Amino acid sequence: MISAPDLLNFALIVAFVSLAFAQLMCMVRLVLGPGTGDRILALDTMVINALGLVILLGIHQGVTIYFEVSLLIAMLGFVSTVALARFMLRGDIIE
Amino acid sequence: MTPEILGTYAAAIFLLIGAGFSLVGVLGLIKFNDAMSRLHAPTKVGTVGIGALLLASMTYSFVSGVPSFHEFLIMAFLFVTAPISANFIAKVNIHQSHCEPVPEPAGDETWSVLDISEEDRELEEDGEPR
Repeated sequence: MISAPDLLNFALIVAFVSLAFAQLMCMVRLVLGPGTGDRILALDTMVINALGLVILLGIHQGVTIYFEVSLLIAMLGFVSTVALARFMLRGDIIE
Repeated sequence: MTPEILGTYAAAIFLLIGAGFSLVGVLGLIKFNDAMSRLHAPTKVGTVGIGALLLASMTYSFVSGVPSFHEFLIMAFLFVTAPISANFIAKVNIHQSHCEPVPEPAGDETWSVLDISEEDRELEEDGEPR
């Protein structure tokens, strides 16, 4: 049976690789994406994946300062998604 | 099997779950061929995928001796906002007719996402895609 720290290191590598791959695939959808809705969705998913990468970096380095960074990224991602969608729906962000 | 070893195993398993969900969600974003189907997959990344990564971070903080609960804040924020942004993107899809047409509403009203205001009618007649 694999020892616990080894398994954690392996899981960290797997998670880093899959999140980076997810970012790349989101970029593909961002370029292809036939409609504006798909592009907004790809941007939203990219923000969420970036949040996951920051959390993984926090686990990897064993520090807690990345918590504030991830909270700020989460808030900015939500606000920008809503602003983009609202601009597409109403032609204006604040009426 | 001390609690430290069990906690490290749990953190690793949560990490693997989160990585798997992010991968599956993004494969859905790439592979599906309808705008509304594509919307369905990445919303799971935002809730289950990142939720599992945050659980792993929390478990690992307990193992490494500096226990912290404030990952719950990010989790709560994401769980509240993910459906809202998904709803907004679905509205954009309906507005741009990138999905099956919505059923006719009762009476002579129109859906607000399909309602084009007066000053934009000319743009629509020019064949400008909205």
